[in-house]
Amino acid sequence: MTVNAEWLEIDGERVVQGLQAARETLDTAQGDVVLNFSSVRRIDPNALRAMEKLAGLADGKAVKVVLRGVNVDIYKVLKLVKLTSRFSFLA
Amino acid sequence: MAEIVASLSEERIAYLEGLVSQAGTAAAVFTQYTQEDVDRIVKPMVLAGLEQAQYLARLAIEETHLGVVEDKALKNMVATEFVYNYVKDKRTVGTIREFPERGVVEVAEPIGVIFSLTPITNPTSTVLFKCIMAIKTRNAVIFSPHPSAGHCCYEAVRIMHEAAVKHGAPEGVFTCLESQTLQDNAYLMRHKDVGLIDATGGPGMVKAAYSSGKPALGVGPGNTPVYLEKTADLNMAVVDIITSKTFDNGTICASEQTVVIDDEIYDSVLQKFSDLGAHICNEKETELLGRTVIDPNTGFMQPMAVGQKATDIARMVGLKVKPKTKLLIAPIQGVGPGYPLSVEKLFPVLAVYRAKSVNEALTVCVDVNHAGGIGHTAVIFSRNDEIIQKFGELMNAGRIIVNSPGSIGALGGVYNDMVPTFSFGCGTGGGNSTTDNVNVYNYLNIKRVARRTQAHMWFRVPNQIYFNMNAVENLRQFTSRSTVIITNPAMEQIGHVDTVRRHIPAETLVHVSVIPDAEPEVKVVMQGVEALNFYKADQIIALGGGSVIDAAKIMKLKYESPQADLEELAAPFLDLRKRVVQYPTEKVAQARLIAISTTSGTGSEVTPFAVLLDKEHGRKVTLADYSLSPDVAIVDPQFVMSMPRGLTADTGVDCLTHALEAGVSIFASPYTDSNAMQAIRMVFKFLPIAYEHPGDEEARTMMHNAACIAAIAFSNASVGVNHALAHAFGARFGVAHGRANALMLPHVIAFNAGVPTKFMPSPNQRGYIAHKKYAMVADLLGLGGQTIEEKVKNLVAATEQLLDRLAIPRSIAELGISKEEFEQAMPELVKIAFDDPSWRSNPRMPLLSELAELFWSAYRGRSLPTVAKASQPQTAEEWSCV
Ligand SMILES: NC(=O)c1ccc[n+]([C@@H]2O[C@H](COP(=O)([O-])OP(=O)(O)OC[C@H]3O[C@@H](n4cnc5c(N)ncnc54)[C@H](O)[C@@H]3O)[C@@H](O)[C@H]2O)c1
Ligand SMILES: [Fe+2]
Repeated sequence: MTVNAEWLEIDGERVVQGLQAARETLDTAQGDVVLNFSSVRRIDPNALRAMEKLAGLADGKAVKVVLRGVNVDIYKVLKLVKLTSRFSFLA
Repeated sequence: MAEIVASLSEERIAYLEGLVSQAGTAAAVFTQYTQEDVDRIVKPMVLAGLEQAQYLARLAIEETHLGVVEDKALKNMVATEFVYNYVKDKRTVGTIREFPERGVVEVAEPIGVIFSLTPITNPTSTVLFKCIMAIKTRNAVIFSPHPSAGHCCYEAVRIMHEAAVKHGAPEGVFTCLESQTLQDNAYLMRHKDVGLIDATGGPGMVKAAYSSGKPALGVGPGNTPVYLEKTADLNMAVVDIITSKTFDNGTICASEQTVVIDDEIYDSVLQKFSDLGAHICNEKETELLGRTVIDPNTGFMQPMAVGQKATDIARMVGLKVKPKTKLLIAPIQGVGPGYPLSVEKLFPVLAVYRAKSVNEALTVCVDVNHAGGIGHTAVIFSRNDEIIQKFGELMNAGRIIVNSPGSIGALGGVYNDMVPTFSFGCGTGGGNSTTDNVNVYNYLNIKRVARRTQAHMWFRVPNQIYFNMNAVENLRQFTSRSTVIITNPAMEQIGHVDTVRRHIPAETLVHVSVIPDAEPEVKVVMQGVEALNFYKADQIIALGGGSVIDAAKIMKLKYESPQADLEELAAPFLDLRKRVVQYPTEKVAQARLIAISTTSGTGSEVTPFAVLLDKEHGRKVTLADYSLSPDVAIVDPQFVMSMPRGLTADTGVDCLTHALEAGVSIFASPYTDSNAMQAIRMVFKFLPIAYEHPGDEEARTMMHNAACIAAIAFSNASVGVNHALAHAFGARFGVAHGRANALMLPHVIAFNAGVPTKFMPSPNQRGYIAHKKYAMVADLLGLGGQTIEEKVKNLVAATEQLLDRLAIPRSIAELGISKEEFEQAMPELVKIAFDDPSWRSNPRMPLLSELAELFWSAYRGRSLPTVAKASQPQTAEEWSCV
């Protein structure tokens, strides 16, 4: 089985915008959407809200959102707001 | 919770959920912040609070109608500046404290969302204080102010939030309910995403917080007793009390409530109060006051009086007072229901009590403390340190303020070095979880990262050991007035006692105390002590095998410290260094103990152990303490040349067991290993020779030294399960110690070399190494084998071969003990073996069932050995350099 994955780079300085772009990608996505978080050092409440929205949208469209290169500090933030179960993670 | 939910509208629930979610997000984001990040935020918040101190004070007065604007402004400044001063250099993120010598590091973990209730009495100052604490600790707070202080608090939260977010705090870090009901509070108190309730306020609310089932910092009401003792500086005391009690019109819950004054100074104190603007009520006024400001039904203060000026209260009551009256003072004659003014009064009304004695004064203070003020605050003015100390012991109060004002004193940082706070923990007595002045550390989960530490080890041996042929000549150097030789009949018969006597300086009076030829019992020990006392001995020479030397050790102990309770000293312990029972250090006499061993096995001449036979209970009791070690050991092989073959074999195997057990002990160290390994090699080589050729001087010398060297090892690394089994079995069936050890030995090696069912906690070792140690022994003995398993097998076989060569019975059954008899004894054997301290250093923790299995293996006996002969050095010279 081949899985088509959309790859998106999230800019550490413009996380909310990156996530907005990701939401738009969901509409056309065929398989997984992979968001590269490698350059994101921290996230703020707005970014968190955007991630929650993204997760909700992905659920509705049955698209798997994969977060790649999430640093452990951000991972803990996602854990605390119970978002980890709504994404897949890739090292 | 269902009931609470039912009482709220859907919109209200959505609103409350929104608050929690916002705070939860902020708190989660906050976890990414560093110490530098939070410190950068705190400072401008403090400055914003200071700037708005007066504004917020005015708002509070307008809204609550209680207190004094100047004082409220001052409180806002304390809540910001003083708190900042305390927290600014504190580490509250990441590693907050390090204890390098203990290998422990404390790491901060934020709580997350804190639900905070604030009081009407200190509304804005409490908010400012809590906001600073929350940012410093990376927490988010949802505030629920007292309904009558909602607006001013909302404004205080807004100011703090604005300053915090402007300098980088996550948005939503503080929120405040605009209006609130009990249901709102109940809902939030039970919300799963709220980590902590910080409830500052009245008892009802604190109780609600605690009964929500959430962790809560509830701080309760006070009823501060003050003892004004006759040695106090009265001028200072009176001014301090007035300052404190009138501060913000008495709204601080730590303020003075009843002043207990010594009879001698009572009148002059009241005069001073009066001179400084207090009105002293007469009996009728007091009665009227009590009836008006205290609710006769509940016994609590009337809310309308809280935070009001003295003159306004006087007006309320109908008292005529001077226009500038600051304080109403009401003399009371007791504490409790008949004395309404003896309770908490958060307004400028102060009760006073005339005490006829210190005892009466302290008693009344206890009564006031217990009349609604447990755990809160107590104050004393005195110059008498003893009374201050006594007061501190008697009062159940988180803060005991000495020679300073109660309210401002309790706030901390102004009159003393206590932590600045606006929440006073009242301890369990006040139904609270802490007695602290609530501070940043109460807003953190403090984690301890504990690194593995290595316990200190030791290596202790008598500082004089004389060995080799004729070492006994060294006795000449020990001066003594009166020497008692402890020995047994065999030693006399053989002539060893005479040999020893010949080497004692002529000026020494020598007495010989002959004890029965058996393992020592208390009765025998006590007879020996009598002889030592009779001859006022300053030197004891123990001449014999382990039994005699052990007996002499205990005699010395009881001679020097008659109060020593042997039964207590034999109490069980897990770790010698931590045991409960301590050996006596007080001595009524002192005698040098010189041990001359006449067997090559126990090494008792250098060990800190002594084994007593407890015939009554059919067991052996081991006493262990370095104070039991002989002062001098003489290891002279001339005394062992006479050993019969059986004794040579039994004691020799005891020595081997010591070395093998010390080698695998959890207390083994390179210091003990070197001795243990050397002893093992010497035994394998020379024991068969000494056994087969008793007159071989070299073999005897080597075995005698081996016994002492093995004992040096086990004196410091201890023994193991082999000895526990042998002690139990030997005592029950009257089998000599060495032989009992021998019967167990191959089975114990196999047992320890296996994978343990239970590991013994052993902080000094990395992983399980017993099997490797045995393999190392096999290598040292040149037994061959490729793998660890093969090497262990070869060691077991070599041991069995040695035992066979020494004609040691193969099994317990061979001793003529029937299976039925053994079976019958088994429960008791297991019980006694398990109680024996010897196995506490064994590498593998024996289960009760495993002890039984080991006994049964020994009963069935060992197999036929199949191993090649060890390749060993051949001469004594070779031995001394390996
Ligand atoms: N204190 C310790 O560190 C320690 C260690 C292991 C065992 N022990 C204890 O020591 C006792 C055993 O001591 P032991 O093995 O030396 O035996 P032992 O002292 O009981 O002596 C055994 C027998 O041999 C005789 N004997 C001793 N020396 C002799 C010699 N040179 N020639 C002829 N006969 C001699 C004795 O008179 C006695 O009859 C036990 O109570 C045991 O529990 C103590
Ligand atoms: Fe022993």
